[in-house]
Amino acid sequence: MGVKKRQKDLTTLDKLYLPEIFKGLALTFKSMFKPKVTMEYPEVKFEPPASYRGRPVLVQEENGVERCVACGLCSRVCPALAIEVRANETELEKERYPETFEINMIRCIFCGFCEEVCPEEAIVMSKDYELVFTNREDAVYGKDKLLVPVHKLKDRLEFLRNFK
Amino acid sequence: MPKITIDGKQFDFNHGQTIIETAKENGIEIPHFCWHPKLSISGNCRICLVEVEKMPKLVIACSTLAADGMVVNTQSDKTIAARNAVMEFILINHPLDCPICDEAGECKLQDYAFKHGTGESRFVEEKQHKDKRVELGPRIMFDAERCISCSRCIRFSDEIAGRNQLTFIRRGDRVTITTFPGEEFDNPYTMNTIDICPVGALTSKDFRFKSRVWEMSSTNSVCTGCARGCNTEIWVRDNKIQRLTPRINETVNGHWMCDDGRLNTFKHVNNEETRIDGPHIRVDGQLTKVTWNEAVKEAVKRLKSFNNTEIAFIGSAFATVEDNYAFQKFSKANFNATNLDFARHVVPGSGDDILICEDKTPNSLGAVLTGIQPVADGMNLAEIINGIKSKKIKALYIMEDDIAQLDSEYETLLAKLDLLIVHASNKNKTTTLADILLPVSTYAEKHGTIVNVDGMIQRMRPAVATEELERSLDQMPMSRWDKFGTKFDRWARGKKYDAKPSWKILGLLSQELPNKLKYKMAEDVFEDVSQHVKEFSGLDYDLIGEMGVKIKSDKITAKV
Repeated sequence: MGVKKRQKDLTTLDKLYLPEIFKGLALTFKSMFKPKVTMEYPEVKFEPPASYRGRPVLVQEENGVERCVACGLCSRVCPALAIEVRANETELEKERYPETFEINMIRCIFCGFCEEVCPEEAIVMSKDYELVFTNREDAVYGKDKLLVPVHKLKDRLEFLRNFK
Repeated sequence: MPKITIDGKQFDFNHGQTIIETAKENGIEIPHFCWHPKLSISGNCRICLVEVEKMPKLVIACSTLAADGMVVNTQSDKTIAARNAVMEFILINHPLDCPICDEAGECKLQDYAFKHGTGESRFVEEKQHKDKRVELGPRIMFDAERCISCSRCIRFSDEIAGRNQLTFIRRGDRVTITTFPGEEFDNPYTMNTIDICPVGALTSKDFRFKSRVWEMSSTNSVCTGCARGCNTEIWVRDNKIQRLTPRINETVNGHWMCDDGRLNTFKHVNNEETRIDGPHIRVDGQLTKVTWNEAVKEAVKRLKSFNNTEIAFIGSAFATVEDNYAFQKFSKANFNATNLDFARHVVPGSGDDILICEDKTPNSLGAVLTGIQPVADGMNLAEIINGIKSKKIKALYIMEDDIAQLDSEYETLLAKLDLLIVHASNKNKTTTLADILLPVSTYAEKHGTIVNVDGMIQRMRPAVATEELERSLDQMPMSRWDKFGTKFDRWARGKKYDAKPSWKILGLLSQELPNKLKYKMAEDVFEDVSQHVKEFSGLDYDLIGEMGVKIKSDKITAKV
């Protein structure tokens, strides 16, 4: 019964280090001639595809009114309890509108359930992934930050019609 | 006893009972829209069609009398096919309004579409369009498109409210509901039609769009609008009461409550402008917020500076049995009080023979039974007032009543007192005159009991949290928001007032006095009551339960 060689016991060749260093350098050298996959963020920004689930936003129609009728289903379905809706009556035909609509971006887990459950296609996942805040209060996005004109969301709305 | 077989099981029934009643009694649910246990049979919705053996066609369970030996099948293929067909038919012109409809979540049509519908419609034509916002009356908004013409509201106003104000007009799919010419749907019970409407056609103007039903918590309580004490549910969101609905209790209010009680007994609980938040003491003529400790010390110090005969105590028929009992015990034990009474708020002619009582306080019988009355040759309320005039009474301790509001001259009289201590939840004429103002929890923020006009003792439970109550620790009903909210979520930050029930405040005061009240919970007070007041002997909160207990007393006048 000989003594079993431990894995950390290095051979003479290993102890030289040089073969491994050349291996690594060869890989780096090869990559220099391949197309670049990195971006110089934030100077250059990543444009996600339509299927991307960025922060949820509310669709604002051309006339400036939100599509949302404040049914509260997004709020009900949200597994993280991120959404709070307060409804009130409006003179418009839709009768009901969200007086306040708040998404707590600290709670949001970007699952997209709100978008899936919405009967009006009023809340959709945007391509916006830049979420920065320095305190909890700022992380609660109200209607001012959530409303996005419909023409900016065409990609996603089209994606939903095709695949939802 | 005659026997009927429903779904293979045999049941006894009484002659005159219909199939639907027999089935309901035995726990078999037959779907129904137009049938209501308290209304006459209309038989127009057809959803309750069931198969009865040896009958050539399906029959409606709501108007077919049960007969001996009858064999009913509520789950046969034929019955289910008929149910699906009726659902499809009713849904033809019903708008897909659920996202904006207030009834969503407690809608019979929604539930039945899920349970008994086929899930798809073969109707490709345009749906009938009707008016969406019709003001039927001062408190009711009618959406004609949503109406499924069950006629429950029409029958209710005719049969229960006794005012035939509503009717169908037009025919076929154009049929709609309206008031008779020159009439408004304004009887004192109109809002019950919102509860019995199986869809969202009738909605409350007050509650419209305020909250979805699943976002609120509901607490069993009792209405404090008059001496009837209708059983209610208090619906709360963000620690604010959103609406009241009646709770079924056959011995008190049946299925109903009046509009006045439903609308006007909870607004003051939410009113941030008038609610008293924390104890106040008058300093340099101004009511100034102080700590409980300071207020209690000041109250006791000033009360002690008077002769016992110079102090009068006024309890309240708005306060609970516990509060009144603690009040009389506190005053008698520590100040030998004889000048003890409470004010009655009776509006002659305001009652009816349905629910509304002339006595506008919820607990006058409770106040009487707990001993809120002059002791021996002590003064009653009128004599106390005269006593203030003649300077015999120099200090007045008022619990939960706006005495200054009772008479035009009382306001100036109360201002003449050397000391006025007031327990109140909201600012009123009396509180503006108070020297020491102690904030009390409203009926929706405490445990307690009240005794109604017929001697039914009933329980109230906290639905709204105050600073001394915590929803989860105090086992108050919780909505999903309440359960999972943190202090960083806005919905969990509803306003909490610094207020306590009167018995607790009196307990604090008594700690500075020779005879201490040693109550920790409302149950402790009630235990004391049950040991000392013969009408309540043997009772406890568990026995009173959700439905109340009728007590025996010769003081029940049983006048409506």
